[in-house]
Amino acid sequence: MKLKRILLAAAAASVLSGGAAVADSTGITDTSIKIGNTNPYSGPASAYSVIGKAISAYFKELNTQGGINGRTIEFISLDDGYSPPRTVQQVRKLVEKEKIAFLFQSLGTPTNSAIHKYMNQKKVPQLFVATGASKWGQPEKYPWTMGFQPTYDVEGEIYAKYVLENVENPKIAVLFQNDDYGKDYRDGFLRGLGDKKDLIVSMLPYETTDPTVDSQILALKDSGANVFVNISIPKFAAQAIRKACEIDWKPLHLLNNVSSSVSATLKPAGLECSKDLITAQWMKDPTDPQWKGTAGYQEWSAWMDKNLPDADRGDVNYGLGYNVSKLLHHVLDNCEDMTRAGIMACAANVKDLELPMVLPGILVNTSPTDFYPIQAAQLSKFDGEKWALFGSVIDATK
Amino acid sequence: MIRPNALTPKLVLSFGALVVLGCIVPLIVEDYDSYQITVAFSYGIAILGLNILTGYNGQFSIGHSAFFAIGAYTAAIMITHFGWHPYATLPFVAIAAFMVGFLFGFPALRLEGLYLALATFALAVATPQILKVDALEEWTGGVQGLFFDKPDPIMGGMSIDQSLYYVTWIVFVVLMALTWALLHSRSGRAIMAIRDNPIAASTMGINTALYKTTTFGISAMFAGLGGAFFAFANAFVSPDTFNFFIAVYLLVGSVVGGIVSIPGALLGGLFYVFGQEYAEEVSNLSELIPPPWVTFGIFLILMMYFAPFGIWGLIERGMARLKRPSSS
Repeated sequence: MKLKRILLAAAAASVLSGGAAVADSTGITDTSIKIGNTNPYSGPASAYSVIGKAISAYFKELNTQGGINGRTIEFISLDDGYSPPRTVQQVRKLVEKEKIAFLFQSLGTPTNSAIHKYMNQKKVPQLFVATGASKWGQPEKYPWTMGFQPTYDVEGEIYAKYVLENVENPKIAVLFQNDDYGKDYRDGFLRGLGDKKDLIVSMLPYETTDPTVDSQILALKDSGANVFVNISIPKFAAQAIRKACEIDWKPLHLLNNVSSSVSATLKPAGLECSKDLITAQWMKDPTDPQWKGTAGYQEWSAWMDKNLPDADRGDVNYGLGYNVSKLLHHVLDNCEDMTRAGIMACAANVKDLELPMVLPGILVNTSPTDFYPIQAAQLSKFDGEKWALFGSVIDATK
Repeated sequence: MIRPNALTPKLVLSFGALVVLGCIVPLIVEDYDSYQITVAFSYGIAILGLNILTGYNGQFSIGHSAFFAIGAYTAAIMITHFGWHPYATLPFVAIAAFMVGFLFGFPALRLEGLYLALATFALAVATPQILKVDALEEWTGGVQGLFFDKPDPIMGGMSIDQSLYYVTWIVFVVLMALTWALLHSRSGRAIMAIRDNPIAASTMGINTALYKTTTFGISAMFAGLGGAFFAFANAFVSPDTFNFFIAVYLLVGSVVGGIVSIPGALLGGLFYVFGQEYAEEVSNLSELIPPPWVTFGIFLILMMYFAPFGIWGLIERGMARLKRPSSS
């Protein structure tokens, strides 16, 4: 009898909470917005955690200035150690316990994959995820998830085109991380090669749990390749660059953009070893003096001085954190309908937005059918101190 | 502590109280907590298997993440490719994991102690990569893994998380009871005799090879069932989920809970899930407290120093001490 009563009470409670979800403004009051985030503050991908730190700093400062339209931002960022089940746990905590309005810039491809379905079932926005996998832009199937940066497959395609046009008699070696992220890049690269896939002489995977990629690099060198496509996250990218340098292997080295940070990848690898690396960029490299005079750089730099004075300026991810915070700020600032669905609609309605630390000529555009905010990049070469852009902006949509 | 408790009215009563307590929990906590405890139970089931193998049979394994993965993937493949109801997959999960464990038990026969640990380690590190092999991608979903829906509530008025909690708890309780029965049987005595002195055991006429492989199979079966519930709770499986760390944590949970005990598995599972979380919270309390993993490490060292038989060992010792003055 008693059990029955408790069960009835539980049923009533679940109906009530279901009713609240229809109103859909969980986490949003007239004076505050609660935003959740997961970042790898520990584990193999912890080099990216500066993004979480930058976003925290951004909203902290914004709150001292009164927040957005009178609402202060409560930004809760939890550590998931880049482990998918841990992400599920932390995100459920954010959604169900903390009652966040939406999830913002959660980092990592395997980690976001694990919560993709959950977020869409719960109808909680998963905005501007920090991963370039191509699957975040499917508004019909996943209307609550949106990407941010240029997708990996597009970047891979750009590299393939460059190799075909600029290298005589290319023999290509590929190192890739054995997961969604690595395979997205790899597949984009293969698509870019078209019917010339036999130019690849060796293609080797690594796991994030591997201690080093030294043996892969030795094998890739032995394949006699003169082009090396390096699809790895900063820790492994640095190892690969260093090892190639040590064994005196000097191919045309294409490094994926996610590891292009001078301080997180190239400095640990050795700047001398990093000379002549090529990557595709869509953000201003903070170490590149040509941006020093631009308004965007100065805005970011002043913000850094004020909020993160001790941070390493060479790390491009501080710029990324700033950019994406700016984008969210813009979206929320111009949003009338402050509900979960309303915010999602506003995020899908950004037109020609310039961000301070994004390359000139690259604009943020979204629409109800386009959930890929940034889709252009430009190639860049490392001269031993900084990245130097060359060629023109390549827009994947054109 | 070395042998399971005898069947006394007190044991039955306290076990009954535990079962009831477990049933009340989801009524008073939120769905999120039920989910977390469900995950703890799923680890607990796997740890129970490890306790049988290591604690009672004396064989080492730091590769139980592999059997955990086999259980999870067997369930996930049957659900996504063949449209089975999640709970209907459980018997097949048990059979599949038992078979793999039993077969792995054969080479394990030739290996003792550290060498066996190394062989199981190899299994653990190989598992994520095997799951990613392109040839199997059609079945395993490759690096993406497989996604499915959580099982529907078994009763109206229950949330999905509550329902899964109850099913997991019931299975866990039944497995604990079965383990107790197994260890109290003739076979159980043989299993423990092999641990205590393998040569004497075989002289007594115990077929050590058969018992060791069967124990390995049973242990793997438990790990597989745990893995299946883990997959249900998270509604997805992916190769990187089942990395070597899972195997290590299972072992840590087993030792912390009490490796030569049955209730220790429950404590170990809870420790696995909540230990890390509290380490995080504790280290956030003050700047002076070291970062989460250091805190966690310090706790483990203290634990081994003050409670070498795990939390359950500590509880038993405490109870024994309480009893002494009254009986004397």
